[in-house]
Amino acid sequence: MNAIKIENLTKKYKDVTAVDNFNLTIESGELFALLGVNGAGKTTTIKMLSCLAEPTSGDAFLMGKSIRKNTAEVKSLIAVSPQETAVAPGLSVRENLELICGVHGFEKEKRNAKIKELTDMLGLESVINRKAGKLSGGWQRRLSIAMSLISEPKILFLDEPTLGLDVIARSELWDMIRSLKGRVTIILTTHYMEEAEALSDRIAIMKEGKLLVCDTADKIKKIAGTENFEQAFVRIVKGVSQ
Amino acid sequence: MKMATFANRNMKEILRDPLNVCFGLGFPLVLILLLSAIQANVPVPLFEIERLTPGITVFGLSFMTLFSATLISKDRGSSLLQRLYTTPLRPIDFILGYTLPIVPFAIGQSIICYIVAIILGLDITINIFFAVLFIIPVSVLFIALGLLFGSFLTDKQVGGVCGALLTNLCAWLSGTWFDLELVGGAFKRIAYVLPFVHAVETERAVLEGNFFGIFPHIWWMLGYATVALVVAVLLFLRQMKR
Repeated sequence: MNAIKIENLTKKYKDVTAVDNFNLTIESGELFALLGVNGAGKTTTIKMLSCLAEPTSGDAFLMGKSIRKNTAEVKSLIAVSPQETAVAPGLSVRENLELICGVHGFEKEKRNAKIKELTDMLGLESVINRKAGKLSGGWQRRLSIAMSLISEPKILFLDEPTLGLDVIARSELWDMIRSLKGRVTIILTTHYMEEAEALSDRIAIMKEGKLLVCDTADKIKKIAGTENFEQAFVRIVKGVSQ
Repeated sequence: MKMATFANRNMKEILRDPLNVCFGLGFPLVLILLLSAIQANVPVPLFEIERLTPGITVFGLSFMTLFSATLISKDRGSSLLQRLYTTPLRPIDFILGYTLPIVPFAIGQSIICYIVAIILGLDITINIFFAVLFIIPVSVLFIALGLLFGSFLTDKQVGGVCGALLTNLCAWLSGTWFDLELVGGAFKRIAYVLPFVHAVETERAVLEGNFFGIFPHIWWMLGYATVALVVAVLLFLRQMKR
């Protein structure tokens, strides 16, 4: 089943076309990476898919629901972990999780069960009563992802989830993302080629708002004629501009 | 419930910032004590406790603008708002969630000012209760200004505009520190076109028990509060869409 079907999606900001006639289909349970250099249109695409920005034209369907006509239904299906860490700094880890449970209207029993489940899953017990603003970047990212998972989303958008993390924190977060594979459809944007290659089922490469290629990491390397994924990315992105 | 959860979070964020408590409660109290000490040594009718206290309670509300604007701009900067926009919270939940938690803070600040004023010699009358009650519409004006500035300024800009400019405008143009009649001319005309002096005159009239004396000041104040609230809501909705 298609989790996401994007049809001729376009976003223009005055004279700039951030996303240009974008078409894509993502299967349910797939871990899909969206790659591109700065300004390629990745974040704008995610913003449109998560109803944070209105498309100029075209549409996308998440589990069959239109991002233009069924925004409330789409919002109930998705969760977003934004590029910058999106936690309430003055609240403890538990209070942050309670906040998201509350805005989704969870009753007390479900709230407590959900917090316990996510605390165990993401190993947050040791920091549960600490203020989020006082945590390291790695812990804040974990909390941010835990907050995204509270609503049991069918589709999870992870925008640069490991940006600025050290090697250990990144590796731990990779394990956590892998553990979600198959249960949730994940759309990941990243600048780290090895991250996209290690985690994703399929990868799309964007440039100047356009889709250049969409396939598995191995096939993209074959298309580019190289054994190294980073080189493949560079060749594909540069090749189009030449 | 969803809005209450969000409002509760905002209340916690404000109360847990020691600077908010120090400035919001401490600064108006220091001013009452300081100006009362001046009054004790060099009697000035303007600094008599029954004229001074309403002015200080209104001036103290300028910190409510600072609190709400800082909170909103920080939420925007940290992407927390972006996360919350993808939840079932509706625009009205955001607006009420940012506005309502500050009203009890404003009332609390006003009550504390009147308690200190009573200790310094203010007669205990039912009018104190009404003066605290009338602080609610005044606080809506200041909170709406916070919502307005927080919707488009960064938290650093908020510090300058609300922390320095607005507090000074409110101090100079409210007739609390010096009699506007003494300055006269354009200064007085500008002061009476702005809402601050009208808010102070409304509070003074209520505290005196001169309920006819609140006119026309209350119309100015309510007019400004309504316009500020409408513009704030429109700006907030605009940045929500962006």
